[in-house]
Amino acid sequence: MQHGKYRFIAGFLVLPLAIYAVFVISPFVQAIYYSFTDWTGLSPDFEMVGIDNYTRLFQDGVFWAAVGNSVTLLVLLPVVTISLALFFAFMLNVGGRRTKKAVIGGVRGSGAYKILYFFPQVLSVPIVALLFQFAYNPESGALNSFFSAVGLDGVRPNWLGDPQLALWCVMAAMVWANVGFYVVLFSAGMSSIPKDFYEAALLDGAGRANTFFRITLPLLWDTVQTGWIYMGILALDVSAFAFVQIMSVGPGGPDYSTEVLPLYVYQKTFRDGQAGYATAIGVSLLIVTLIFAAVVMRLGRRERLEF
Amino acid sequence: MGSTSETSRRDLIKRSVALGVFAVPTMGVLASCASGGDSGGGDKVEKGTKSAKNPLAVNDSAPLDVVIFDGGFGEKYAKDAEALYVAAYPKTKGKIKHASTQKIQSTLQPRFNGGNPPDLVDNSGAEQMDFSTLVGKDQLTDLTPLLDAPSIDDPKKKVRDTLRPGVVEMGQFGGSEILTLYYAYTVYGVWYSRTNLKKLDAEYPETWDDMLALCAKAKKKGVAGWTYPGKYPYYVPFSLYPFIAKIGGSEVLRRIDNLEPGAWKDPAVRAAFEAYYELYKKGYILQGSPGLDHLQSQKAWAEGKALFIPNGSWVENESGKQIDKAGDFDLAVGAPSGLDSSDKMPFGTLWASGGEPFIVPKQANNPEGGMELLRIMLGEKASKNFTKQVSSLTSLNGGTEGLTLPPGLSSAQAALEKAGKNVLNPRLQDWYVALQKEKIGVGCIGEMMAGRMTPAEAINKIQKYADETRKDASIKKYKR
Repeated sequence: MQHGKYRFIAGFLVLPLAIYAVFVISPFVQAIYYSFTDWTGLSPDFEMVGIDNYTRLFQDGVFWAAVGNSVTLLVLLPVVTISLALFFAFMLNVGGRRTKKAVIGGVRGSGAYKILYFFPQVLSVPIVALLFQFAYNPESGALNSFFSAVGLDGVRPNWLGDPQLALWCVMAAMVWANVGFYVVLFSAGMSSIPKDFYEAALLDGAGRANTFFRITLPLLWDTVQTGWIYMGILALDVSAFAFVQIMSVGPGGPDYSTEVLPLYVYQKTFRDGQAGYATAIGVSLLIVTLIFAAVVMRLGRRERLEF
Repeated sequence: MGSTSETSRRDLIKRSVALGVFAVPTMGVLASCASGGDSGGGDKVEKGTKSAKNPLAVNDSAPLDVVIFDGGFGEKYAKDAEALYVAAYPKTKGKIKHASTQKIQSTLQPRFNGGNPPDLVDNSGAEQMDFSTLVGKDQLTDLTPLLDAPSIDDPKKKVRDTLRPGVVEMGQFGGSEILTLYYAYTVYGVWYSRTNLKKLDAEYPETWDDMLALCAKAKKKGVAGWTYPGKYPYYVPFSLYPFIAKIGGSEVLRRIDNLEPGAWKDPAVRAAFEAYYELYKKGYILQGSPGLDHLQSQKAWAEGKALFIPNGSWVENESGKQIDKAGDFDLAVGAPSGLDSSDKMPFGTLWASGGEPFIVPKQANNPEGGMELLRIMLGEKASKNFTKQVSSLTSLNGGTEGLTLPPGLSSAQAALEKAGKNVLNPRLQDWYVALQKEKIGVGCIGEMMAGRMTPAEAINKIQKYADETRKDASIKKYKR
């Protein structure tokens, strides 16, 4: 009974697919079309220029700096955020000492920690970015004040003003803002793992690390993969743009050390009046995204355990 | 598991969802600014009747649409001018649409693109629309009729003849049309507190040796010599460029503006860069300055943590509260200190030029109304109101009689008088925005002031950027 399967599915999907085509596919096609023009964005007349925008991209050092930084974010941000979130979620749900009744449980005060972790999630991105910008203020910010307070007056980094540090500073803010959401997501996933698995592991004398790597992580793999994809989008998209735009020197600096692709699209469109060139950068952003999607799907393919 | 139909259907849905999740946010960025076609713009209002009181033939009952940059000067001055407009044309009461924003370009770009821009725009701020693109795509109304109209105060004088020197020229882009009108008149330079200098028994240093000596003296008391907004290092040129011109003559800046090959390799540039780099090397710059934004650096400076800051005359309004808090601050502006006696230009050489460029879009429905509002703003009443409110001069020559000027502004006016003919007007910042702000400012001068680049490296890199801009066919070039 295999034949007609796709027609059956498509029947249900006609309306959503139509909406998808109008609002998602057509802008794609338009954007690709505009990337071959010299459209300024300030006036409706433009001309076709062929692949000029793309040849220009290849010689544009700023573009390559942006690609490098975006890819750095794309690779590191999910790893750091998800590892931290997994660690926190595990400690909150499984990692505690065994009490008399419950087989598994979180560390003491895990309820309060959950609220604490989730708290950044209720703040909007610009507010988080501003908060961190204040903390990084080299003159009167919390971080350097702390260094002075503990007698390390010589160590007063410029944080966002230092090209070696700036991208890491922005990344730290992004991790802080997002880790709470994944703690909650993974907590939910962990609570659906049957308790008997843990019981069995416990009887076999498994420690925390073993329990985590042999039971929790494999059973949570689907959730982790979803989280990975979302973090990847965040690293490439509006969130990265907002953090860099608000926090960084320039923005995008110092010396292009925090320039990311979405910011460069924005600058070219809204500062330099080169919307055609900006769409070409946008198309390259699309290519990076598709490569990322392909890689994640390839690496993430695993046998699924049903329980 | 195997390949049961159950899993493959799930996979199918999962994949389509995942793809959708990727696609939507990525392309949303692009889709939001798709070209709007050339619809709209056809509903221009009819012209009114020309008369002595209405030389621009304004339709006295047509609505007016104004967008103001809400930056260092706020928006109240414009609202007051609109009230004067309504007083002159009572039938427009309630028909004036006033908007203010800091994000000029992202707010207005879709309207320009769609062919229904406002009637008058204050195209200013970090997000101003690129002039060369607007000019290149013929989006601006020629303001010659306004400049040739009689001034609102004196029917015998043309508006053109009431403006400060250089304002009309700044509005031209290669041709004879005047496409922008700068409303504010900004004095750039080294801003300081006379009181704080007095505390060190010092006068404003006229030579670089004096400057270094004063900084050394301040350092002993735990006060930094200079600070600057490291997040926006393109403030440093406000005193650095006139310094270059003072050393090597205004010719050097003209060659730089014209993107001439090797213009940055001039020994005057080298000397000026090295002098500023010395401030860093000797530790005369407030620690942490490379990470401060304009408000933070101005705050530190107003609190007396640093003596000098390169800035423009809007600082008196923008940091007014902090300056007031400092008590007897006695704000003043100094022309750049000279290097030595072989300087080509005298002490007092200063960068002063128009600020707050106003434009009347070509597709505007009521361009006469936009120009008329500008004419009213350039009248003595509105001009005085502006000066009083935001302590900045306007492009109207004079118009300050009978006003008690705040200390910063009166010092700016004195500086202008002292400069006389030696007023400079470097155009890099309105001709080549990306080059000036991002490449030269953030990429090189900021790096040098933070001590991560030597003057020689900075100059080489700037020259490279300037050469790239010259060769970039997508950027319109200008000459002066």
